Amino acid sequence: MSSAHTGARPPARRLPLHWLGVLPFAAFVFLFLILPTMKIVVGAFQTPDGSFTFDNIIGLFTPSILSAYWISIKISIASALLGCLIGFAIASAVVFGSLPKWIRGPLLTFSGVASNFAGVPLAFAFLATLGPVGILTVFLRSNFGLDLRLLGFNLLSFWGLTVTYLFFQIPLMILIITPALDGLKREWREAAEILGATGLQYWRMVAFPILLPSLLGTLALLFANAFGAVATAIALTGSSLSIVPILLFAQIRGDVLGNPHLGYALAFGMIVVTGIANAIYIWLRARSERWLK
Amino acid sequence: MKKIWAWGALIFGLLYFTLPLIGMTNFSLKMRRGEYSFDAYGKVFSDPRFQETFTYSIMQALFTIAFGVLLVVPTAYWVRLKLPRLRPYIEFITLLPLVIPAIVIVFGYIRLYNTSSWLPLTGSIAGTNVLLMFGYAILALPYMYRAVDTGLRTIDIATLTEAAQSLGAGWATILGRIILPNVLVAVLSGAFLTFAIVIGEFTMAALLNRPAFGPYMQLLGANRAYEPAALAVIAFGITWGCLGLIQLVSRFQKSAPPKA
Repeated sequence: MSSAHTGARPPARRLPLHWLGVLPFAAFVFLFLILPTMKIVVGAFQTPDGSFTFDNIIGLFTPSILSAYWISIKISIASALLGCLIGFAIASAVVFGSLPKWIRGPLLTFSGVASNFAGVPLAFAFLATLGPVGILTVFLRSNFGLDLRLLGFNLLSFWGLTVTYLFFQIPLMILIITPALDGLKREWREAAEILGATGLQYWRMVAFPILLPSLLGTLALLFANAFGAVATAIALTGSSLSIVPILLFAQIRGDVLGNPHLGYALAFGMIVVTGIANAIYIWLRARSERWLK
Repeated sequence: MKKIWAWGALIFGLLYFTLPLIGMTNFSLKMRRGEYSFDAYGKVFSDPRFQETFTYSIMQALFTIAFGVLLVVPTAYWVRLKLPRLRPYIEFITLLPLVIPAIVIVFGYIRLYNTSSWLPLTGSIAGTNVLLMFGYAILALPYMYRAVDTGLRTIDIATLTEAAQSLGAGWATILGRIILPNVLVAVLSGAFLTFAIVIGEFTMAALLNRPAFGPYMQLLGANRAYEPAALAVIAFGITWGCLGLIQLVSRFQKSAPPKA
């Protein structure tokens, strides 16, 4: 095929020069994605004067940093799990026809918007709703005598952040899982019913195993999505909640840990955690695509 | 039974998603005591810092889109035409920005391109602006590349290229006058999504100390009560507008299929 296109051109334009076409892209990605990341990874294993060390990584294992990682991971897991569950419930309700068909279009459009409505404005929206003088807080207090604060709910906490993150997690789940649910063939269900399976058996033994890889995969993607979220957390909590992205943000701004290379290690830890989550995602997605279609 | 479940899920979703939107809208209108007013919006729009940062972010978004299109369209085209074996690798690379958190990437920029490095981009304002634009291009890369690549799949680029070449067209003509118009809808989808991402981006702009809209919103949120809610409504409107435009252009394409 290549010779057909180069036929009209001078013979000098042969195979090796094809590679030049992706050179600008490769150079850009290398300089502004790969190299900066490598700098962080390498820096995590260096002392300030440049020699190799494990001290920075070991330095991560202090109670305050470990607890920051732990609460980050907890929030990410909780918002990913709940996002998957609720998103799945909504998507399957729409796909399997228990709801009117016209809901589907608006739902997917809205999901596209909401999954992109993250960051600072999202935090403002939740502060105006569940904050100390938020609309829901005030409504519950004045009409039902329920004080969210006394019940132990605080927007600037584990549950507060989880509830807020769900605003972009659920729509993302709906966007990813709807095509997978569409891929479940009607014949499979009919075949299962002819063989005498109940609805529950069909789900447990046919649909669920097929969907499992994409469900787990989406879970991993949602996890990484929440784990790397910086803006929402900072706008919501200032710096009162010590999670990894906030800690790293403060470290980059003003070296709060008192050791620049500990910052590298902190960032390296984030890459490792989201990297693992996404490796699981890619692996499971490849598996699930074997089944669907 | 099943119906009750389905409606239950939907109503729960509806409540969860509309309450914050109602909350922020309601709050943004309550600046004047005892009555609804647009005072908060008036305050925001008349704030010179708002105009400054909003303009800055719009400019950044436009430059990012222009740069992204110039980078992605030729690359995706070239890979499909001449280097199809590279496609999985390129696709993997374009997904990396979803794996590596933005805060880590910008941390790398700060350490790599500081004043004492071989490419001191953060040494000058113009350099930092360019660096931020590159960062945004990286953030938008997964969406832009996927959109353009999907668009290219629907047209027969090999035949189009041969036809253009046999009529004497050079590469610039082929890309600019044949390929780009044919994937325009895909490019526009990527562009609107890029716009939505860049306009409210916080982390990179804040850490590179540029006066963008995201850091401005955060600063206002820390100091004011009603204006942030108004900003949230504005930001939601922008996101909605961008995504709505994507729907609009892709519907436009469906109603007018390419005359092959």
